Amino acid sequence: MDSGSVIFIFSITIQSSIAVLFATLGEVFTERSGVLNLGVEGMMLMGALSGFAVAYFSHSLFLGTLTSLVVGGMLALIHGFFTISLRANQVVCGLALTILGIGLSSFLGRSIIGRVGERFVPFPIPLLREIPILGAVLFDQTPLIYLSYLLVPSAWFFLYQTRPGLNLRSVGENPAAADTAGIPVTKLRYLWTIFGGMLAGLGGAYLSLSYTPGWKENMTSGQGWIAIAMVIFALWNPWRAALGALLFGGINALQFYFEARQITLIPSYMLRMLPYLFTIAILVIVTRWKAVRRRAGAPASLGLPFQREGD
Amino acid sequence: MRIAIERRLNPSTWASWGGLALSILLALIMGGIVFFMVGANPLKAYSVMAAGAFGSLYNISEVLVKAIPLILCGLAVAISAKILIWNIGGEGQLAVGGIGSAAIALFLSPHLPSFLVLPLMVLAGFTAGGLWASISGLLKAKIGVNEILTTLMLNYVAIYWLEHLYFGPWRDPTGMGFPGTAIFPESAWLPRFPQTRVHLGLVFGIVAAILLQVILWRTRWGYEIRVIGENPKAARLARMKTTQYILWVMFVSGGLAGLAGMAEASGIHYRLQQGLAVGYGYIGIIVAWLSKLHPTGLILVAIFLASLLVGGDQLQSVMHLPSSVGLVLEGTLLFFVLGSDFLSRYRIRWQK
Repeated sequence: MDSGSVIFIFSITIQSSIAVLFATLGEVFTERSGVLNLGVEGMMLMGALSGFAVAYFSHSLFLGTLTSLVVGGMLALIHGFFTISLRANQVVCGLALTILGIGLSSFLGRSIIGRVGERFVPFPIPLLREIPILGAVLFDQTPLIYLSYLLVPSAWFFLYQTRPGLNLRSVGENPAAADTAGIPVTKLRYLWTIFGGMLAGLGGAYLSLSYTPGWKENMTSGQGWIAIAMVIFALWNPWRAALGALLFGGINALQFYFEARQITLIPSYMLRMLPYLFTIAILVIVTRWKAVRRRAGAPASLGLPFQREGD
Repeated sequence: MRIAIERRLNPSTWASWGGLALSILLALIMGGIVFFMVGANPLKAYSVMAAGAFGSLYNISEVLVKAIPLILCGLAVAISAKILIWNIGGEGQLAVGGIGSAAIALFLSPHLPSFLVLPLMVLAGFTAGGLWASISGLLKAKIGVNEILTTLMLNYVAIYWLEHLYFGPWRDPTGMGFPGTAIFPESAWLPRFPQTRVHLGLVFGIVAAILLQVILWRTRWGYEIRVIGENPKAARLARMKTTQYILWVMFVSGGLAGLAGMAEASGIHYRLQQGLAVGYGYIGIIVAWLSKLHPTGLILVAIFLASLLVGGDQLQSVMHLPSSVGLVLEGTLLFFVLGSDFLSRYRIRWQK
């Protein structure tokens, strides 16, 4: 394989992983606080639609991106209200959010399907771009991709090295103890649920403004669900989340490469199934591995509503 | 003044029914806001929807047509939820059920006596859907892999498979490039009620609902399934065979969704084509939860949600608004119903 192919494959690997990465990181924070939000797919779709629509009409990529954050956050707030305040079943609520997001984005987006609007263009970073191969792979990308480079280490640093990060984790592990220690459980759960939704919305906007610019119904094609699977693969850790997203991106890149080179080793319909089969395989492996190593998995209070004694 | 929330000792029936009515009202209001956002008159839109769903006997029969896959997919979700398994894969199981029954109709039917074709298609559709769901069932029961995600991922796989078949090897050679298989022979058509498109699938749905109702509340199996679902610890102590139950329930659950696929292919389309898997599997989740996992009550809920879908289709042809408004209303409704459960489980008091 020549260096051109290597650059092609790795560059597309990164590009294909970013939407899942944003959504996975968001869900890591949400689940760390003890809230399971299965509405990622719906929030991503609404983020993709709103981001593209606002950028299309305002000609401002910044406004579009900002809108996707707000819309994702607002949808997550709905989930938060029903699950945190009304203590509704988190699984069903998340499914409702996904169904709502699919329906609403399809309904509201009908008139702008196929329109050509604003898009992020690659922004080569001076000097770094000149590094052989690595420069072309990593530093000749669009701005949202650079944002993700910053987000992964900051997310890790925040979760494991700061006091607010510790508070966030404690709320998901043992809310009663956190509450006794004076940590505002409900407030933090709301906060991180909304934050998770914002990142899911951003992941959607990355798709509609950068990866495959434009709006298409169901354009996330299950990436929201893959993100939720990647959270499990990541064992709720941002670095492993990045690894999982890159693996997913790699499968996609391989698919592109096969199609571009017209390699018919694997029929194209099987290639399209590959990301989903791969996600299942990854879930099986990590579940086995966790059982063998007796590794702690999910935050201990994930999915359980918190209610103070006597309230 | 502050608000105090107290848990009710017995969930209030009054609040439960009142909550449902309130939820429907709120969902309609939210839908009205969505109509308003796209510049449509909400009242006109709703009257078009109502006329579309209930305006004539034929329209009502169309509601029943859509209710058939919803009943079967709703039962699929409900039976698995009873044992605390989330089968979100109805859509894929429906697709694979369609594939299984089509295999009989397309390739085996010429070699069979015609009275055997339909029973074999039912069997094939049920088994295919059941086996598809059993992949997730096995992974869950033996290794503990999250079944929400595996059932969901398999939806995409199933639908790509279905598309591959009718775009590729199973495509009708005389279809002038039409993406679909050849029309099934008539022996593979489910009989329809006169002057409607309502087919025998309705009977499948109703019989399945009654059977499940009886099994769940009148048999030892049903009792153990409910115990495992409601109190896994007690089930373990009583040495109930949780793993085996999960495997069986998952098979039956997928089988019901597969049967929905068989009924759609053999009762409506008479072939595999685009439009076979259009989201009934997902709406089945809403059907199951709105009916509180109650098999016979589920039939009414399925009919109600089907009326929203048919109304939505009408909206598309009359007012040129996307029919997906049906989905919006159903998703919103599920939210409000979940919220209203709060009112029946808790009492809110204002304290001075």
